[in-house]
Amino acid sequence: MSGPLLRAEGLTKIFGEETGWMARARGNARQVRAVDDVGFELGRGETLAVVGESGCGKSTLARLALRLITPSSGRVLFEGVDLASLSASDMRRMRRRMQIVFQDPFGSLSPRRSVFQIVGEPLEVFGLARNTRERRDQVAALLAAVGLSPTLMDRLPRQFSGGQRQRIGIARAIAAGPSLIVADEPVSALDVSVQAQIVNLLQDLQERNGFSYLFIAHDLAVVRHIADRVMVMYLGRVVETGPKERVYAAPHHPYTQALLSAVPEPDPDAPRRRIVLSGDVPSPMAVPPGCAFSSRCPIAQEICRRSRPPLAPVGTRHAAACHFAAPNPIPLSDVAQAAPPFSTRN
Amino acid sequence: MTPQPPLELDAAAAPPKAHALRGLLARQGVSTWLALATILVFVAIAVLAPFVAPHDPLAQSYLRINALPSSEHWLGTDQFGRDVLSRLVHGARNSLVFGLVSPVIAAAVGTTLGVIAGYFGGPVDRVISRLIDLLLAFPELLLAIMIAAALGGGFWNVVFVIAVAFVPGFARVARASTLAVRQEAYIESAIAVGLRTPMIIWRHVLPNIAAPIVVLMTLWVASAIRLEASLSFLGIGTRPPNPSWGNIIRDGLGNIFGSPWPIIGAGFAITAVVLAFNVVGDALRDALDPDER
Repeated sequence: MSGPLLRAEGLTKIFGEETGWMARARGNARQVRAVDDVGFELGRGETLAVVGESGCGKSTLARLALRLITPSSGRVLFEGVDLASLSASDMRRMRRRMQIVFQDPFGSLSPRRSVFQIVGEPLEVFGLARNTRERRDQVAALLAAVGLSPTLMDRLPRQFSGGQRQRIGIARAIAAGPSLIVADEPVSALDVSVQAQIVNLLQDLQERNGFSYLFIAHDLAVVRHIADRVMVMYLGRVVETGPKERVYAAPHHPYTQALLSAVPEPDPDAPRRRIVLSGDVPSPMAVPPGCAFSSRCPIAQEICRRSRPPLAPVGTRHAAACHFAAPNPIPLSDVAQAAPPFSTRN
Repeated sequence: MTPQPPLELDAAAAPPKAHALRGLLARQGVSTWLALATILVFVAIAVLAPFVAPHDPLAQSYLRINALPSSEHWLGTDQFGRDVLSRLVHGARNSLVFGLVSPVIAAAVGTTLGVIAGYFGGPVDRVISRLIDLLLAFPELLLAIMIAAALGGGFWNVVFVIAVAFVPGFARVARASTLAVRQEAYIESAIAVGLRTPMIIWRHVLPNIAAPIVVLMTLWVASAIRLEASLSFLGIGTRPPNPSWGNIIRDGLGNIFGSPWPIIGAGFAITAVVLAFNVVGDALRDALDPDER
């Protein structure tokens, strides 16, 4: 079948959205647009990384993509099927094809269930093993595939380290043979040394099984290894999206440039220019009018506070939502010379 | 990539479950053992009542009314000349059965309600929670008296009355625990895996809220015995002439200045059992708390 594996169109999730007379009486002051009009496509065997600070709506996007929560508007097509149109039981069947690896390796494993029970659960749900012994064999193979000894399968999660637990979580995700795996910050809770192992494992599994990854992360350094394409989010909206090489080599949006300048450089002698954004992310309940980034943007002009820039093409499959992005990237040096709230460090 | 070599933890150690149990038993203090022994002794007495009791608990004798303790009647006799010790031994049956059966029923019903309310939330939660609040508005003894007065005495009525009085407590605890567990990532991962909701509740919610429920149950075994004694004392519990600890006290009240021994005996039995269950409940709470292990 051709066409993308996963396609999101105009996905919006508003929290605090209430109906009924009580909500009407209170007004709608507490609404948060966690995800605002986000669209993307994910091809087979491809990895799309979603990057942004905490609170930018990337985890919400992950849950929307799997219909773990329902969107306020917009739709998600998996192999061309609108997930919202599926009945509860059809949706459960569909989950065999789409799995998730969670950020928290401690909370995502049921504390009183053994590794065998945890990893074997999808096999059981989808009837993939004829009996317990067959299931034990399959779980053993899955554990071996993620680099854990099958002899550990009767232990409880608390007997494992964070990295090992994340491997258990990955084994569970791949157990039923999905085509899509949503990885919701799978390494941000882990030590740096373990992060690389897990990223390598995910890459390995992708090569062997042809998974598509929707990879959520909050820094661009992790993503550099695994992503084919990158999507940068800020306050629920996509600010830049494009192929990894393009986004890293020629970031068009000032926010992407700031994120990239924060990526650690392995060579301590390499000349580098840090762009430090001042201030915090505005509260999602009070997003600035116009461009959401305007309150922290070093090159913001009057127009940025008045009108919201659309996501416009700036190259092949490369788009940015900035009034000053197209057609050429703003040189980083120009950005750096701008007056506060920007500063540079050498 | 080279996966890190599969890590063997202490592979020689005992399987986790047996290991945990042994550690659990080793860490208990003297008071827990004493309490457990007390409970076992009382259960044994209740089970073996016909063999243990020196006399027929219902046999009256007008020759020995309100007798003081003697070598034949260790706790004396009551106003019908019945042997108080024998009544105490047989009363243990009633009191312990009430004490064990009612909390179990209350836990089953209350936990079901609480888990449903906590897991599904929304209107379901509001309806169940208001019902529970309604029951909670009455002190449990008052509630029990009201229902018992309406239904009359008798074994199952009393069990029912005590269970109804305890349902709100279990529902509250179950609901609160479920609300907390519902937020855990492993519930979301169970949904993501495609598990049906009843199975999610059975496998992932119940085991993780079991600890407070079990503890509550042991604590309320004590309350149930106390409540049954109160109801019997008020004359709406166990029907005379059948003995229970509550109505032994009630019968003894008329002659408290002549012979306080029936009240002292039954009071001691109630105190000992209630205390023992409370101590065991405390120990269970510490043992089941996953953070303690």
